[in-house]
Amino acid sequence: MESFYALISGFAVALTAANLLYASIGVLLGTAVGVLPGIGPAVTVALLLPITFKLDPSGSLIMFAGIYYGAMYGGSTTSILINTPGESASMATALQGNLMAKSGRAGPALATSAIGSFFAGLIATAGIAFLAPWMVKFAVQFGPEDYFALMVVAFVTVSATFGDSPLKGLISLFCGLALGLIGIDKLTGQSRLTFGLPELLDGVEVTTLAVGLFAIGEAMFVVSRRRSVEEIMPMTGSLWMSKADWKRSWKPWLRGTLFGFPIGALPAGGAEIPTFLSYSTEKRLSKHPEEWDTIGAIEGVAGPEAANNASVAGTLVPLLSLGLPTSATAAILLAGFQQFGLNPGPLLFAEKPDLVWGLIASLFIANAMLVVLNLPLVGIWVKLLKIPTPWLYAGILMFAAMGSIATKGSIAELLMLLVFGVLGFLMRRYDYPVAPMVVGLILGPMAESQFRRALQISIGDPLVLVQSPIAATLLGIAFLALVAPFIAGGLSRFKAQED
Amino acid sequence: MSLSTSAPKGRDKPAIIVGFLLLALAGVLWSDAVNLSRVAAYGIGPAVMPKMIAGGLVLLGLLSILSGLRQNGKAPEPADFGPVGILVIGFLLLTAIIGFGGGFIAGMAVLFAITAFAFGRRAPLVDLALGLVLSALIYLLFSKLLTLSLPQGPLERLFS
Repeated sequence: MESFYALISGFAVALTAANLLYASIGVLLGTAVGVLPGIGPAVTVALLLPITFKLDPSGSLIMFAGIYYGAMYGGSTTSILINTPGESASMATALQGNLMAKSGRAGPALATSAIGSFFAGLIATAGIAFLAPWMVKFAVQFGPEDYFALMVVAFVTVSATFGDSPLKGLISLFCGLALGLIGIDKLTGQSRLTFGLPELLDGVEVTTLAVGLFAIGEAMFVVSRRRSVEEIMPMTGSLWMSKADWKRSWKPWLRGTLFGFPIGALPAGGAEIPTFLSYSTEKRLSKHPEEWDTIGAIEGVAGPEAANNASVAGTLVPLLSLGLPTSATAAILLAGFQQFGLNPGPLLFAEKPDLVWGLIASLFIANAMLVVLNLPLVGIWVKLLKIPTPWLYAGILMFAAMGSIATKGSIAELLMLLVFGVLGFLMRRYDYPVAPMVVGLILGPMAESQFRRALQISIGDPLVLVQSPIAATLLGIAFLALVAPFIAGGLSRFKAQED
Repeated sequence: MSLSTSAPKGRDKPAIIVGFLLLALAGVLWSDAVNLSRVAAYGIGPAVMPKMIAGGLVLLGLLSILSGLRQNGKAPEPADFGPVGILVIGFLLLTAIIGFGGGFIAGMAVLFAITAFAFGRRAPLVDLALGLVLSALIYLLFSKLLTLSLPQGPLERLFS
């Protein structure tokens, strides 16, 4: 019940005129950038971070919430209309959504994804409001060794469990961990891996890495393939869903939310699993199996979109209550928090309740604004997609460079951005996932300080890491999650040899 | 990377190269870590984590080399590296313009025009003009409205 009152006071913070304005600007900007092909929510948030620099913390976090939801909505619009999902979690939406658009039902596909996202976001945000304080109560009992174990679980799930090759995910993660070492060691003040360059003393900015790897790497990848520009589906027919569409959509929304939120809220990482679970469930339950390969089934858009939104909202639970990012987007949100000197976690709930609950309330508001503002404006977003590719990417690169120039304004920062861009291009070309690197960069130093704190308390006895039952269980889970894909992979290779 | 097409059967050259790069990275981490002065009274010092990560990198590097030797990698799609190079040049020009005091607007306009060229447009003057207009707008928005400090040059002084 206390979270209910806290949430009410959060609404009092979020519903001031200025904060409502910030939320709506955030939603519009987030959608405008998120709708660009190949730009997922993580990059959108990273690109738009500089805009929030000069606002007060609560105003900028509220704008953040808007950007975040806007970016997700923009991403699903692109998936449906031109079949270029900006991230793997939108892939399931693109499958049926693009088929629907090709058969002249883009309107209902966009509507079911927007309303489904709203619906899922609503339930999932309510879930955050009630689950996060509970997690906080649990988290205050955590010692440093438990935090360290939790971060190890996050490392493994983000890099090794999903994706086609656990080895490649781990390589990406460890490169991120190595990048995280650069700079001044917080405990002793010694500089590590700076090679005498003063620019490296502050370490590598998460936003620089993310923008370089995702946005610039993507631009280089596209230009290297000179891929034929995907056809944009015209918006024909009604934008609104018919009665039958509603009837076919509400159950998939509900099921998608139920898949998405718990999987996102566990530090299991990634929205891919729930979206594909939802997709295959809807396909199995569908009363119109013939539509799935022909004109596209609305259930196949409604379910995965709801699952995607619910799981992304779910990742805010570990982020806010434990300070643990489990996706690239969450890592960048964490960087946004840190920019204001705020460290998410149990303490933040105690010290800045206005801010935390204001943020949670503004997630509700941003979510509602999305349906009110974006659905009628879909025509404008579609026009954005018609900008010629050269100008589109030229604009994206300008924005990418803009972020670094505004943060630090140093030449070194721009050169780092370029190096990360080339790295991102090569990683994409040779199928290495980039998200683990971003998570490794931000979570690595946090894991290190918990690790050292734990060993400091135990006066150097490494057994402390496994003596706490929580830590031992978590490390066991991490170990199982790490070896399972290798064993399963070995089995499938074995099977392949048998045939 | 053009070698990857002529790789012998049963090899995954990129994976082998990545493996050696990881070993080299591990070496860099290790040599940096051993050169740190020892100050920690008790508990563990700043060198432990780099060494652990270096150890992980060695393991992953060896695994990558091993898997590269055993499996046939799928050849990446043919790529055109020319335009990628043009993008890199555009970025370096932006860096140089800002570094030598040419300012934000000029640097951004050049980046815009060169990127558009790399993506196949052949109207550099039009793109340069468009880039100038866009970057001037962004400059005004960010420096006046959001009061961010952006690099100054001759064009920026016109607005102040």
